[in-house]
Amino acid sequence: MTLDLPLIFAFLMGAAILAYVVLDGFDLGVGMLLPAAEEREQNRMVNSIGPFWDANETWLVLGIGILLVAFPVAHGVVLQALYLPVVAMLVGLMLRGVAFEFRLKAEGWHRELWNGLFWFGSFLASLAQGIMLGRYITGFEPGFAYLFFAFVVGAALCGGYVLLGATWLILKTEGALQRKAVAWARWGLLWVALGVALVSLATPLVSETVRNKWFDFPNTLWLMLLPAASVAAGLRLWVVAGRLGRGEPAREWAPFAHAVAIFVLAFLGLAYSLFPYVVIDRLSIWDAAAHPSSLTVVLWGAAIVLPFIIGYSALSYRIFRGKARETLYE
Amino acid sequence: MDETLVLARAQFGLNIAFHILFPTLTIGLAWILVFFRLKYARTGDAAWLATFKLWTKVFALTFAMGVVTGIVMSFQFGTNWPGFMTKVGNIAGPLLAYEVLTAFFLEATFLGVMLFGMNRVPAWLHILATVLVAAGTSLSAFWILALNSWMQTPTGHIVADGTLIAGDWLRVIFNPSFPYRLTHMMLASFLTAAFVVAGLSAWRLLKAPEDAAARGTLRTGALLAAILAPLQILIGDLHGLNTLEHQPAKIAAVEAIWKTEKGVPLVFFAIPNEEQKRNDFSIQVPRLASFILKHDFDAELKGLDAFGANTPPVAPVFFAFRLMVGMGAAMLALAWLGVWLTRAGRAAPRWLLWVLSAFTFSGWIATLAGWIVTEIGRQPWLVTGVLRTEDAVGQVSGAQLGASLTAYGITYAIMFVAYMVVLTHLAGKGAAAAEPHPEKGFVKGAA
Repeated sequence: MTLDLPLIFAFLMGAAILAYVVLDGFDLGVGMLLPAAEEREQNRMVNSIGPFWDANETWLVLGIGILLVAFPVAHGVVLQALYLPVVAMLVGLMLRGVAFEFRLKAEGWHRELWNGLFWFGSFLASLAQGIMLGRYITGFEPGFAYLFFAFVVGAALCGGYVLLGATWLILKTEGALQRKAVAWARWGLLWVALGVALVSLATPLVSETVRNKWFDFPNTLWLMLLPAASVAAGLRLWVVAGRLGRGEPAREWAPFAHAVAIFVLAFLGLAYSLFPYVVIDRLSIWDAAAHPSSLTVVLWGAAIVLPFIIGYSALSYRIFRGKARETLYE
Repeated sequence: MDETLVLARAQFGLNIAFHILFPTLTIGLAWILVFFRLKYARTGDAAWLATFKLWTKVFALTFAMGVVTGIVMSFQFGTNWPGFMTKVGNIAGPLLAYEVLTAFFLEATFLGVMLFGMNRVPAWLHILATVLVAAGTSLSAFWILALNSWMQTPTGHIVADGTLIAGDWLRVIFNPSFPYRLTHMMLASFLTAAFVVAGLSAWRLLKAPEDAAARGTLRTGALLAAILAPLQILIGDLHGLNTLEHQPAKIAAVEAIWKTEKGVPLVFFAIPNEEQKRNDFSIQVPRLASFILKHDFDAELKGLDAFGANTPPVAPVFFAFRLMVGMGAAMLALAWLGVWLTRAGRAAPRWLLWVLSAFTFSGWIATLAGWIVTEIGRQPWLVTGVLRTEDAVGQVSGAQLGASLTAYGITYAIMFVAYMVVLTHLAGKGAAAAEPHPEKGFVKGAA
């Protein structure tokens, strides 16, 4: 039996990107929420993501690494087409990553400056990632309408990250900050609902390929399970967050879990829309795939090492479970 | 050269030169942290704990700079050099993937445990986390230097349909220049870290001469440097002989040998004249280059004329090499002097503290100079004999490259200034300030 290596790597790349979006999504979201909190709360918020953000960003490097390893032709096409948003994202991620360290060691207006850059970097990176996604699903078509569409996706992704960040804070904080996080999560949810609805309606309009995939009866009926499940997760999130906000008993991890579920469902919908293209309408995963000898050697490595990575990542989340404290170095 | 090629090279060069500063420091510093951590575990002395905590902060700061600039690198392979991935992606890709899988996740995850987990995990797990961070940084160096060395001296590949695939992965990884380059770079990292530790400790002692922890770390750094500097000179020499065998054009540029001849003089200083293909104002010792490179005063050395158009620009390689060697010699002398003057618990004289402070980042200068020698010395090839740099460049417009080059330049400048300010600030406060304040924690204590 021969393995369909490009298909396996498309799956691995998707999994790495989804892991990145969810994991760095919550810490980017916390970054975007920073100006909405008071100074003492800001420390707690940043500390809640302190032990994790480095490793979370590594999933981005893995995702882009798999694109490079498995689909080298697409790597060049995609990254050159997305050149400017990629630069914007990288500048954002750099500012945010170092602001994390610098704000800990600064005081007075220096600290304010790094808080500002932490927010700005988080926002810039999130917006740029959304724009990249918008450009990607429309096959990098030029023109104002497509660009506008990309910005709408950018705004929607910012909302999604805010939702992830706020629900993460519900899990990791308590008291007044937790109640604030509930309100932020509800705003984020509305924003996401609007964004996802707009993008879901607009994508079939701007892309014939996507339209044909979704409006292909009777498959369409099955596919409707995806948006239906998203709506159910959203409603449930709204209700649970409300209970927590009123101080009624509810599971504190539930809002975050539902936010993750919404991301997973949206991702599945997107993956269905694009498959089997790595560059829509131009390159399929089989056209762009690297030589089987390269793919095999990486697959072996991934098969051996990934379980360890998942294992010690889980260990790290377990070590730092519980509520975030105000001091980070202890 | 056309505009896109120049800008793509300038941008990639800026990014990679800025990036390499931080891993160079963290690879060595990670193992020094292991040493401090084990010292604390064995003695239970609070001073070692404070020392460990101070230097983990320096490490965390430097690591963050390395991570974020490294992410830029992973994208710039595609944005600036798509031809590289098309032609040799089947070799470069897996090596980079192994770096991410085996090194990046390991170091990033256990960094969190090392920095923030001391009171949350048992001591053995915290020590293990510290060791795994160090192992991760070294593994990362292993993979990236395997790739870089393969690009310099490619072996183990076969050509299939115009692109390269690996015939024998072991020969790809353990290509001829890899053992020398890896050892040379690892030693460079340890020397860089040793001088940063000694230099920042000296800076602290200038302000607080009685700080026992800073005296201890100064001694640690100086001793480490004193042991490794002569070793580095030996390895560097072997690396040079290896380069003579596999990349003779690079050596011809390093020594500014324009014509192939016997009994070649060693040029100490000159202004290489690219137009007239000769050296101006040359200060040289007759026949010494032949002796150093071939261990025979009359041996023939290939000059730049032997390689036609496939030669690198001479001046940057020639000068960078002399800067590297000069810096290495100065570091060796200073390290030995430092060890001698602080023998048997003696306090270092103030002038030595000033000199050590001035030499804090000497390792960076030597390392950057070394990379300039090896990377510009490889031109016009991106992968020796396989792919030219000009054939790998992409289609991104000069305007986009120029705009992003400006954005990167400004971002790096801000980051670098902030990094330096915080580093000197941390060092000036010393290890005692790194102890957590009962209420406000480290934040207040250091600021």
